[in-house]
Amino acid sequence: MPTLDDYKGQTPTWCPGCGNFGILKTFKDTVVELGIEPHQLTVVSGIGQAGKFPHYIKCNTFNGLHGRTLPVATGIRLANHDMLVIAVAGDGDCYGEGGNHLNHAIRRNINVKLFVHDNQIYGLTKGQASPTSMEGMKTKNQPFGVFSEQLNPMALAVALDCSFVARGFAGDMEHLKGLMKEAINHKGFSLVDILQPCVTFNKINTYEWYRQRVYHIEPEYNPENRTEAFKRALEWGDRIPVGIIYRNSRQMLEERIPIIMDKPLVKQLPDLSKLETTLKEFY
Amino acid sequence: MDYTIKIGGEAGQGIQTIGDTLARVFSRTGYHVFTHQDYESRIRGGHNFFQIRFSDKPVMSSRKKIDILVALDKESIPLHEKELSESGQIIYDSASLKQKYDKPQFLDIPFVNLAVEHGGNKIMANTVATGAVLGMLGMEPGILLGIIKDIFGKKGEDIIKANGDAAVAGHDFAVKQCITCSFSAAPLAKPRMLIAGIDSIGLGAVASGCKFYSAYPMTPSTGIMNYIAGKGKEYGIIVEQAEDEIAAINMALGASFAGVRAMTGTAGGGFALMVEGLSLAGMTETPIVIALGQRPAPATGFPTRTEQADLNFALYTSHGEFPRVIFAPGTPEQAFYLTNKAFDLAEKYQIPVIIMFDTYLSDSEWTFEGFDVSKLRNTEYRLRGEAMEKLSEYKRHALTESGVSPLAIPGESKNLVVTDSDEHDEEGHIVEDAETRIKMVNKRLFKKLPLIRQEIEPPVLYGDSKPDIVVVGWGSNYGVMRECVDTLSKNVKIAMLHFSEIYPFPSMDKFDYMKILNNAKLTICIENNATGQFARLMRAETGFEFKASINRFDGRPFLLEELLEEIDANIRRL
Repeated sequence: MPTLDDYKGQTPTWCPGCGNFGILKTFKDTVVELGIEPHQLTVVSGIGQAGKFPHYIKCNTFNGLHGRTLPVATGIRLANHDMLVIAVAGDGDCYGEGGNHLNHAIRRNINVKLFVHDNQIYGLTKGQASPTSMEGMKTKNQPFGVFSEQLNPMALAVALDCSFVARGFAGDMEHLKGLMKEAINHKGFSLVDILQPCVTFNKINTYEWYRQRVYHIEPEYNPENRTEAFKRALEWGDRIPVGIIYRNSRQMLEERIPIIMDKPLVKQLPDLSKLETTLKEFY
Repeated sequence: MDYTIKIGGEAGQGIQTIGDTLARVFSRTGYHVFTHQDYESRIRGGHNFFQIRFSDKPVMSSRKKIDILVALDKESIPLHEKELSESGQIIYDSASLKQKYDKPQFLDIPFVNLAVEHGGNKIMANTVATGAVLGMLGMEPGILLGIIKDIFGKKGEDIIKANGDAAVAGHDFAVKQCITCSFSAAPLAKPRMLIAGIDSIGLGAVASGCKFYSAYPMTPSTGIMNYIAGKGKEYGIIVEQAEDEIAAINMALGASFAGVRAMTGTAGGGFALMVEGLSLAGMTETPIVIALGQRPAPATGFPTRTEQADLNFALYTSHGEFPRVIFAPGTPEQAFYLTNKAFDLAEKYQIPVIIMFDTYLSDSEWTFEGFDVSKLRNTEYRLRGEAMEKLSEYKRHALTESGVSPLAIPGESKNLVVTDSDEHDEEGHIVEDAETRIKMVNKRLFKKLPLIRQEIEPPVLYGDSKPDIVVVGWGSNYGVMRECVDTLSKNVKIAMLHFSEIYPFPSMDKFDYMKILNNAKLTICIENNATGQFARLMRAETGFEFKASINRFDGRPFLLEELLEEIDANIRRL
């Protein structure tokens, strides 16, 4: 069985008090408790403070480009669907730079787990507005406040019939761990948006701000009702729901490709014995 | 004998079907065939043509003069009548064109009526036209009937018979009515292979064990995706149509990282979106093959036409410095073997390899004796299973003598595979220190590059071994240049130097081609672009300056007579 020691990576360079520490600890606890060995897991990340995440654990890692986590993760899963593939991204990374990929990863329903460290601000580039920054938030680059409406990843995902949609809070690790486990065990594309306070640049959405607002979705809530899920996804402001907002049992992409029904692509060594027959098709 | 047939008409009229079928008849009859197409970026209407040249001697370019024009629309006649050779003939259906032409070179064949009469449906009018062309050439319809059987095999005996009857009706009509036809095309020996450049790249990928192809459709590269998707089930290849070219290259890199041979393909505009991914391949040392189809640009340009203006782009694009290989095959045969070599080098050195082609090569069909499977290089360079299990320690970017680190497949053992787009240490983890940076640049760039350069083949010399005149080119101009050399060598000492392996620029170790150039009185660089991008590369790499250049950038390929005239004009100026 894997232990927390197996997942010990480099020392994080995040600011003291960063919400990312909560996510990192929860993640390690989750994979250890699920009995996942580091070599059975690949974490794909992009750029931003969240992009550094895989270096602070130990597993197969592809730390690629800003916004491009999902296409890389998709390629890895299609080549080897025995591998657990987790994409770790920030709100700028995933909802801004890579927004188009999110739409299509949801549509494909590739069995990738997407954990978004959503701090509603750009941390690595020092405090510009992100797609999830609240309207009116003033920054150095948005001196008159943010004009664009805040992107709602939960509503977006429900609208696209995303297979698993959840929101967690980095300050509530036990609850977040439950969500991560559910997401990993779910068959299909899973989005977990994790509210993560940025202690250095986001002076609005602080630990305190979130604590006053987040509430656990009640146990009797049925996440399989898409209309109710959409209503729940729209909640933001005085009360912010955390928990599983929506879930469905759409067939995942990997199950629909006849070529990989029997075994993963990477286990299928090329068979070129039919080449001569193929060449005859050109006569 | 050396005949050219042109089929002209609107998009959607079935020009390509007639063209493909005739080309197949000729190649099965044993002739050498060359086809080229000219079409607009539309699904219906406009004016398109398909041109087939066939001969009992090798042909590898299109001529300006045509012998038979099949006019499916009225516009074909004013556009192409002047291209007719002295004994040329135009066939048309006056009922469809709603016009009659009385000149002796016009032959009115009721394509539609014969189709209805003999095939039972006007849809077979094109089959009638195909049969008619064979009748004019004095060829028997037998091979055509065989091809009809291949095409309509799945649709049942009735359809095969109806089409066969329509073809014979067209054939017999032409035999009886074309009294001025003086063509003669007797059957030759054994059938030849007929293949287009684009299919050769797809076939080359399949034959190299490609397991993953992700792309976004864009002319002239889409045919590769079509071909590989068609072979996906048989060969176990996943083809994923990505949401954009950025996703396409990143998916392919993900698949390659996960352990399979991966490829993407696009045109210049899509390649622009892939550029950051190219750089990612360079930094993470992830093998990838990229097919880059050129078409006239900037921006959308002429979407369906041809140009060779993305060489600078392919050479210099991407942030940062890393090794890359660039191939530019000149024929479908070269495209097949170079695609295989692209995979081999990409895997061996863990680098991106770019295969450049253009619309002209993509669409042109050529005939060959056949491709030799035994010449393919399919070495497994990846570390998997037991070999990986045995390692006590694994570092994805380990510093080695050659600069090449063992490439392991994640999940095959407890050893972890880590890579990063940031500068990284041997394990693949993010670093900031200068010392590691220098070591990694040395490894990725300076250690690998000389080894890669040794793999590059020199240009092909064709023609006189001590030429006074040398025509130089790259990529798709191979065929037309070679035929010019054949024609002109009757009067002058001329040769062609053709580059299909462009970068790293071929060294002089295997063949001192600079000596040929330095000893020539006239050197002409021939390119389908405005600024002479290859000539500039040559100067940058060798200091050599061409005495003359011939550049075409109107979106059309060089036709044989046109290029001959231009070369000849340069010779006369000597």
